[in-house]
Amino acid sequence: MSEQLIRTDELLVTCTALTKRYGSKTALNGVNLQLKRGRIVGLLGPNGSGKTTLIKLLCGLIQPTEGDIAIGGMPVGPATKALVSYLPDRMYFADWMKASDLLDLFNDFYSDFDRNKATAMCQSLGVVPSQRLKTMSKGTKEKVQLVLVMARKASLYLLDEPIAGVDPAARDYILNTILTNYNEEGCVMISTHLISDIEQVLDEAIFLKEGQVVLHDNVDAIREREGKSVDALFREVFRTAGMEGGAF
Amino acid sequence: MEWKLTDSRPIWQQLTEQITLRILKGEYPPGGRLPAVRDLAVQAGVNPNTMQRAMAQLEQDGLAVGSRTAGRTVTEDTAVIQAARRKRAREAVAECLQILADLGYTREEAVALLKEEWEK
Repeated sequence: MSEQLIRTDELLVTCTALTKRYGSKTALNGVNLQLKRGRIVGLLGPNGSGKTTLIKLLCGLIQPTEGDIAIGGMPVGPATKALVSYLPDRMYFADWMKASDLLDLFNDFYSDFDRNKATAMCQSLGVVPSQRLKTMSKGTKEKVQLVLVMARKASLYLLDEPIAGVDPAARDYILNTILTNYNEEGCVMISTHLISDIEQVLDEAIFLKEGQVVLHDNVDAIREREGKSVDALFREVFRTAGMEGGAF
Repeated sequence: MEWKLTDSRPIWQQLTEQITLRILKGEYPPGGRLPAVRDLAVQAGVNPNTMQRAMAQLEQDGLAVGSRTAGRTVTEDTAVIQAARRKRAREAVAECLQILADLGYTREEAVALLKEEWEK
Protein backbone atom coordinates (compact mmCIF):
# COMPACT_ATOMS: atom_id res chain seq x y z
CA MET A 1 0.00 0.00 0.00
CA SER A 2 1.48 3.35 -0.98
CA GLU A 3 1.88 5.88 1.78
CA GLN A 4 0.47 8.75 -0.21
CA LEU A 5 -3.32 8.57 -0.32
CA ILE A 6 -5.14 9.24 -3.52
CA ARG A 7 -7.09 12.40 -3.10
CA THR A 8 -8.50 13.59 -6.36
CA ASP A 9 -10.88 16.44 -6.69
CA GLU A 10 -12.68 14.75 -9.51
CA LEU A 11 -16.44 15.15 -9.30
CA LEU A 12 -18.36 11.92 -9.17
CA VAL A 13 -21.93 13.01 -8.55
CA THR A 14 -23.69 16.21 -9.51
CA CYS A 15 -27.30 16.91 -8.58
CA THR A 16 -28.86 20.02 -10.05
CA ALA A 17 -32.11 21.51 -8.77
CA LEU A 18 -33.26 18.02 -7.82
CA THR A 19 -36.87 17.81 -6.72
CA LYS A 20 -39.03 14.82 -5.90
CA ARG A 21 -42.71 14.99 -5.05
CA TYR A 22 -44.93 12.14 -3.96
CA GLY A 23 -48.37 13.53 -4.81
CA SER A 24 -48.68 16.74 -2.85
CA LYS A 25 -45.80 15.84 -0.51
CA THR A 26 -42.44 17.32 -1.48
CA ALA A 27 -39.69 14.95 -0.33
CA LEU A 28 -36.76 16.76 -1.95
CA ASN A 29 -36.84 20.40 -2.86
CA GLY A 30 -34.29 21.89 -5.26
CA VAL A 31 -31.22 19.99 -4.07
CA ASN A 32 -27.86 21.00 -5.56
CA LEU A 33 -25.11 18.66 -4.55
CA GLN A 34 -21.62 17.71 -5.67
CA LEU A 35 -19.72 14.67 -4.43
CA LYS A 36 -16.06 13.96 -5.10
CA ARG A 37 -14.20 10.68 -5.37
CA GLY A 38 -12.27 9.29 -2.41
CA ARG A 39 -14.58 10.74 0.22
CA ILE A 40 -16.75 9.26 2.94
CA VAL A 41 -19.81 11.44 3.23
CA GLY A 42 -22.48 11.40 5.94
CA LEU A 43 -26.03 12.09 4.82
CA LEU A 44 -27.58 13.32 8.02
CA GLY A 45 -31.10 14.36 8.82
CA PRO A 46 -34.04 13.44 11.02
CA ASN A 47 -36.70 10.98 9.94
CA GLY A 48 -38.57 12.17 6.87
CA SER A 49 -35.95 14.71 5.79
CA GLY A 50 -35.46 13.04 2.40
CA LYS A 51 -32.36 10.88 2.94
CA THR A 52 -33.78 7.67 1.49
CA THR A 53 -35.46 9.56 -1.37
CA LEU A 54 -32.11 11.08 -2.38
CA ILE A 55 -30.40 7.70 -2.24
CA LYS A 56 -33.13 6.02 -4.29
CA LEU A 57 -32.87 8.76 -6.91
CA LEU A 58 -29.09 8.22 -7.14
CA CYS A 59 -29.74 4.49 -7.62
CA GLY A 60 -32.31 5.09 -10.33
CA LEU A 61 -35.02 3.28 -8.36
CA ILE A 62 -37.27 6.33 -8.60
CA GLN A 63 -37.32 9.20 -11.06
CA PRO A 64 -36.94 12.89 -10.19
CA THR A 65 -39.95 15.17 -10.61
CA GLU A 66 -37.58 17.95 -11.67
CA GLY A 67 -33.85 18.45 -11.98
CA ASP A 68 -30.89 16.35 -13.09
CA ILE A 69 -28.43 13.83 -11.70
CA ALA A 70 -25.12 12.90 -13.28
CA ILE A 71 -22.90 10.10 -11.97
CA GLY A 72 -19.46 9.90 -13.55
CA GLY A 73 -20.74 12.38 -16.15
CA MET A 74 -23.65 10.17 -17.22
CA PRO A 75 -27.38 10.47 -16.55
CA VAL A 76 -28.78 7.82 -14.20
CA GLY A 77 -29.44 4.63 -16.17
CA PRO A 78 -28.07 1.13 -16.74
CA ALA A 79 -24.52 2.49 -17.16
CA THR A 80 -24.55 4.31 -13.81
CA LYS A 81 -26.19 1.36 -12.04
CA ALA A 82 -23.02 -0.59 -12.78
CA LEU A 83 -21.07 2.08 -10.88
CA VAL A 84 -23.34 2.19 -7.83
CA SER A 85 -23.34 -0.27 -4.95
CA TYR A 86 -26.46 0.14 -2.85
CA LEU A 87 -27.28 -1.01 0.67
CA PRO A 88 -31.04 -0.56 1.07
CA ASP A 89 -32.63 0.38 4.36
CA ARG A 90 -34.46 -2.94 4.40
CA MET A 91 -33.60 -6.45 3.35
CA TYR A 92 -34.92 -7.51 -0.05
CA PHE A 93 -33.71 -11.13 -0.18
CA ALA A 94 -35.83 -14.27 0.31
CA ASP A 95 -35.19 -15.61 3.80
CA TRP A 96 -34.61 -19.22 2.70
CA MET A 97 -31.40 -18.14 0.99
CA LYS A 98 -28.01 -18.89 2.47
CA ALA A 99 -25.23 -16.31 2.64
CA SER A 100 -23.36 -18.38 0.04
CA ASP A 101 -26.40 -18.24 -2.33
CA LEU A 102 -26.23 -14.47 -2.14
CA LEU A 103 -22.51 -14.44 -2.88
CA ASP A 104 -23.25 -16.58 -5.98
CA LEU A 105 -26.06 -14.26 -7.01
CA PHE A 106 -23.92 -11.13 -6.70
CA ASN A 107 -21.01 -12.85 -8.43
CA ASP A 108 -23.24 -13.56 -11.44
CA PHE A 109 -24.90 -10.19 -11.40
CA TYR A 110 -22.07 -7.70 -10.92
CA SER A 111 -18.83 -7.88 -12.91
CA ASP A 112 -17.04 -5.82 -10.25
CA PHE A 113 -17.95 -8.25 -7.43
CA ASP A 114 -14.89 -9.80 -5.80
CA ARG A 115 -15.94 -13.23 -4.59
CA ASN A 116 -12.68 -13.91 -2.75
CA LYS A 117 -12.86 -10.63 -0.92
CA ALA A 118 -16.47 -11.33 0.05
CA THR A 119 -15.52 -14.74 1.45
CA ALA A 120 -12.67 -13.20 3.44
CA MET A 121 -14.98 -10.48 4.76
CA CYS A 122 -17.58 -13.08 5.83
CA GLN A 123 -14.87 -14.87 7.75
CA SER A 124 -13.60 -11.76 9.54
CA LEU A 125 -17.14 -10.65 10.37
CA GLY A 126 -18.06 -14.09 11.72
CA VAL A 127 -20.70 -14.83 9.08
CA VAL A 128 -21.14 -18.52 8.28
CA PRO A 129 -21.76 -18.85 4.50
CA SER A 130 -23.93 -21.95 4.88
CA GLN A 131 -26.34 -20.26 7.30
CA ARG A 132 -29.81 -19.34 6.04
CA LEU A 133 -31.00 -15.75 6.33
CA LYS A 134 -34.04 -16.70 8.39
CA THR A 135 -31.90 -18.16 11.15
CA MET A 136 -29.65 -15.09 11.36
CA SER A 137 -29.90 -12.31 13.90
CA LYS A 138 -30.63 -8.81 12.68
CA GLY A 139 -27.01 -7.77 13.17
CA THR A 140 -25.73 -10.76 11.19
CA LYS A 141 -28.13 -10.00 8.34
CA GLU A 142 -26.82 -6.44 8.24
CA LYS A 143 -23.29 -7.79 8.10
CA VAL A 144 -24.17 -10.07 5.16
CA GLN A 145 -25.68 -7.17 3.25
CA LEU A 146 -22.64 -5.05 4.00
CA VAL A 147 -20.33 -7.77 2.68
CA LEU A 148 -22.31 -7.94 -0.57
CA VAL A 149 -22.18 -4.19 -1.03
CA MET A 150 -18.56 -3.55 0.00
CA ALA A 151 -17.07 -6.51 -1.93
CA ARG A 152 -17.90 -4.71 -5.17
CA LYS A 153 -15.33 -2.35 -6.62
CA ALA A 154 -17.86 0.38 -7.28
CA SER A 155 -17.47 4.12 -7.74
CA LEU A 156 -20.34 5.11 -5.50
CA TYR A 157 -21.41 3.22 -2.38
CA LEU A 158 -24.79 4.25 -1.05
CA LEU A 159 -25.38 2.88 2.43
CA ASP A 160 -28.84 3.62 3.77
CA GLU A 161 -28.78 3.26 7.57
CA PRO A 162 -26.07 0.59 7.70
CA ILE A 163 -25.65 0.74 11.47
CA ALA A 164 -29.23 1.02 12.66
CA GLY A 165 -30.36 -1.87 14.82
CA VAL A 166 -26.99 -3.39 15.67
CA ASP A 167 -25.20 -3.27 18.99
CA PRO A 168 -22.30 -0.84 19.53
CA ALA A 169 -19.63 -3.53 19.15
CA ALA A 170 -21.09 -4.68 15.82
CA ARG A 171 -21.36 -1.02 14.83
CA ASP A 172 -17.61 -0.54 15.33
CA TYR A 173 -17.04 -3.68 13.31
CA ILE A 174 -19.21 -2.43 10.48
CA LEU A 175 -17.54 0.99 10.40
CA ASN A 176 -14.16 -0.67 10.42
CA THR A 177 -15.24 -2.83 7.49
CA ILE A 178 -16.29 0.26 5.57
CA LEU A 179 -12.96 1.97 6.36
CA THR A 180 -10.82 -0.99 5.33
CA ASN A 181 -12.76 -1.97 2.24
CA TYR A 182 -13.81 1.13 0.37
CA ASN A 183 -11.72 1.86 -2.66
CA GLU A 184 -10.05 5.23 -2.66
CA GLU A 185 -11.35 6.36 -6.00
CA GLY A 186 -14.89 5.70 -4.90
CA CYS A 187 -17.22 7.75 -2.77
CA VAL A 188 -19.12 6.29 0.17
CA MET A 189 -22.33 7.96 1.26
CA ILE A 190 -23.73 6.82 4.59
CA SER A 191 -27.17 7.93 5.69
CA THR A 192 -27.92 7.85 9.39
CA HIS A 193 -29.13 9.77 12.36
CA LEU A 194 -26.62 8.05 14.68
CA ILE A 195 -24.08 10.79 14.07
CA SER A 196 -21.79 10.47 17.07
CA ASP A 197 -21.04 6.88 16.05
CA ILE A 198 -19.89 7.69 12.54
CA GLU A 199 -18.59 11.23 12.86
CA GLN A 200 -14.93 10.27 13.01
CA VAL A 201 -14.99 8.19 9.85
CA LEU A 202 -16.52 10.98 7.74
CA ASP A 203 -14.79 13.48 5.47
CA GLU A 204 -17.90 15.49 4.84
CA ALA A 205 -21.33 15.94 6.36
CA ILE A 206 -24.53 16.87 4.56
CA PHE A 207 -27.47 18.08 6.66
CA LEU A 208 -30.81 17.46 5.04
CA LYS A 209 -33.77 19.32 6.48
CA GLU A 210 -37.26 19.12 5.05
CA GLY A 211 -35.94 18.09 1.65
CA GLN A 212 -33.24 20.73 1.39
CA VAL A 213 -29.50 20.72 1.94
CA VAL A 214 -28.88 23.16 4.79
CA LEU A 215 -25.20 22.35 5.27
CA HIS A 216 -22.52 20.54 3.28
CA ASP A 217 -18.99 20.85 4.60
CA ASN A 218 -15.87 19.08 5.74
CA VAL A 219 -16.33 17.59 9.23
CA ASP A 220 -13.18 19.12 10.68
CA ALA A 221 -14.05 22.49 9.10
CA ILE A 222 -17.38 22.31 10.93
CA ARG A 223 -15.64 21.51 14.23
CA GLU A 224 -13.15 24.32 13.66
CA ARG A 225 -15.78 26.92 12.79
CA GLU A 226 -18.51 25.94 15.25
CA GLY A 227 -16.30 24.78 18.11
CA LYS A 228 -18.48 21.71 18.52
CA SER A 229 -18.89 18.24 17.14
CA VAL A 230 -21.14 17.57 14.16
CA ASP A 231 -23.43 15.63 16.49
CA ALA A 232 -23.80 18.67 18.76
CA LEU A 233 -24.41 20.95 15.79
CA PHE A 234 -27.01 18.53 14.42
CA ARG A 235 -28.93 18.57 17.70
CA GLU A 236 -28.86 22.36 17.65
CA VAL A 237 -29.97 22.77 14.04
CA PHE A 238 -32.84 20.32 14.37
CA ARG A 239 -33.98 21.33 17.83
CA THR A 240 -34.53 24.90 16.65
CA ALA A 241 -36.66 23.58 13.82
CA GLY A 242 -38.85 21.75 16.33
CA MET A 243 -39.52 24.80 18.43
CA GLU A 244 -40.48 26.89 15.42
CA GLY A 245 -43.26 24.42 14.81
CA GLY A 246 -42.39 24.23 11.14
CA ALA A 247 -44.24 27.46 10.31
CA PHE A 248 -42.05 29.22 7.77
CA MET B 1 -2.38 2.48 23.60
CA GLU B 2 -5.92 3.64 23.13
CA TRP B 3 -7.00 6.48 20.89
CA LYS B 4 -9.21 9.04 22.58
CA LEU B 5 -11.24 11.30 20.36
CA THR B 6 -13.53 12.90 22.82
CA ASP B 7 -13.73 16.64 22.57
CA SER B 8 -15.23 18.91 19.98
CA ARG B 9 -12.03 20.19 18.41
CA PRO B 10 -11.10 19.03 14.89
CA ILE B 11 -10.29 15.32 14.91
CA TRP B 12 -6.99 15.77 13.06
CA GLN B 13 -5.72 18.04 15.85
CA GLN B 14 -6.53 15.44 18.47
CA LEU B 15 -4.75 12.79 16.41
CA THR B 16 -1.67 15.00 15.97
CA GLU B 17 -1.49 15.54 19.73
CA GLN B 18 -1.72 11.84 20.49
CA ILE B 19 0.92 10.81 17.94
CA THR B 20 3.15 13.64 19.21
CA LEU B 21 2.80 12.28 22.72
CA ARG B 22 3.84 8.82 21.53
CA ILE B 23 6.95 10.32 19.95
CA LEU B 24 7.77 12.30 23.11
CA LYS B 25 7.36 9.19 25.25
CA GLY B 26 9.66 7.28 22.92
CA GLU B 27 7.01 4.78 21.81
CA TYR B 28 7.99 5.87 18.32
CA PRO B 29 11.75 6.42 18.81
CA PRO B 30 13.88 9.02 16.95
CA GLY B 31 14.58 7.87 13.40
CA GLY B 32 12.04 5.05 13.80
CA ARG B 33 9.46 4.25 11.17
CA LEU B 34 5.91 5.47 11.69
CA PRO B 35 3.06 3.11 10.77
CA ALA B 36 1.32 3.74 7.43
CA VAL B 37 -1.52 6.24 7.38
CA ARG B 38 -4.03 3.58 6.42
CA ASP B 39 -3.04 1.30 9.29
CA LEU B 40 -3.13 4.11 11.82
CA ALA B 41 -6.51 5.25 10.49
CA VAL B 42 -8.00 1.79 10.90
CA GLN B 43 -6.50 1.45 14.40
CA ALA B 44 -7.98 4.76 15.47
CA GLY B 45 -11.23 4.15 13.57
CA VAL B 46 -10.94 7.41 11.66
CA ASN B 47 -11.06 8.48 8.05
CA PRO B 48 -7.69 8.00 6.27
CA ASN B 49 -7.84 11.55 4.94
CA THR B 50 -8.10 12.85 8.51
CA MET B 51 -5.10 10.77 9.60
CA GLN B 52 -3.20 12.04 6.57
CA ARG B 53 -3.83 15.60 7.69
CA ALA B 54 -2.63 14.79 11.23
CA MET B 55 0.59 13.35 9.79
CA ALA B 56 1.10 16.39 7.56
CA GLN B 57 0.97 18.53 10.70
CA LEU B 58 3.63 16.34 12.37
CA GLU B 59 5.85 16.95 9.35
CA GLN B 60 5.20 20.66 9.60
CA ASP B 61 6.11 20.56 13.30
CA GLY B 62 9.39 18.91 12.32
CA LEU B 63 8.66 15.76 14.34
CA ALA B 64 8.12 13.51 11.33
CA VAL B 65 9.98 13.30 8.07
CA GLY B 66 8.12 12.11 4.99
CA SER B 67 9.44 10.31 2.01
CA ARG B 68 7.41 9.20 -0.95
CA THR B 69 8.99 5.79 -1.18
CA ALA B 70 9.99 4.79 2.33
CA GLY B 71 7.02 6.08 4.31
CA ARG B 72 7.36 8.39 7.27
CA THR B 73 9.91 8.27 10.04
CA VAL B 74 10.30 10.12 13.30
CA THR B 75 12.91 12.87 13.02
CA GLU B 76 16.47 11.97 14.03
CA ASP B 77 16.96 15.51 15.31
CA THR B 78 16.65 14.95 19.06
CA ALA B 79 16.83 18.72 19.68
CA VAL B 80 13.45 19.09 17.95
CA ILE B 81 11.99 16.30 20.08
CA GLN B 82 13.42 17.80 23.27
CA ALA B 83 12.00 21.22 22.41
CA ALA B 84 8.56 19.68 21.82
CA ARG B 85 8.83 17.71 25.06
CA ARG B 86 9.68 20.88 27.00
CA LYS B 87 6.82 22.75 25.36
CA ARG B 88 4.33 20.02 26.25
CA ALA B 89 5.60 19.94 29.86
CA ARG B 90 5.26 23.72 30.17
CA GLU B 91 1.68 23.52 28.94
CA ALA B 92 0.87 20.85 31.52
CA VAL B 93 2.43 22.91 34.34
CA ALA B 94 0.65 26.08 33.24
CA GLU B 95 -2.67 24.24 33.22
CA CYS B 96 -2.01 22.75 36.68
CA LEU B 97 -0.97 26.12 38.13
CA GLN B 98 -4.07 27.77 36.78
CA ILE B 99 -6.27 25.24 38.58
CA LEU B 100 -4.30 25.65 41.82
CA ALA B 101 -4.57 29.44 41.57
CA ASP B 102 -8.32 29.10 41.06
CA LEU B 103 -8.45 26.93 44.19
CA GLY B 104 -6.68 29.72 46.12
CA TYR B 105 -3.26 28.11 46.55
CA THR B 106 -0.29 30.43 47.11
CA ARG B 107 3.03 29.94 45.34
CA GLU B 108 4.59 28.31 48.44
CA GLU B 109 1.65 26.02 49.05
CA ALA B 110 1.69 24.96 45.41
CA VAL B 111 5.41 24.15 45.45
CA ALA B 112 5.03 22.24 48.75
CA LEU B 113 2.12 20.25 47.36
CA LEU B 114 4.01 19.40 44.18
CA LYS B 115 6.97 18.07 46.20
CA GLU B 116 4.71 16.09 48.50
CA GLU B 117 2.84 14.44 45.61
CA TRP B 118 6.05 13.77 43.68
CA GLU B 119 7.57 11.89 46.61
CA LYS B 120 4.53 9.73 47.24
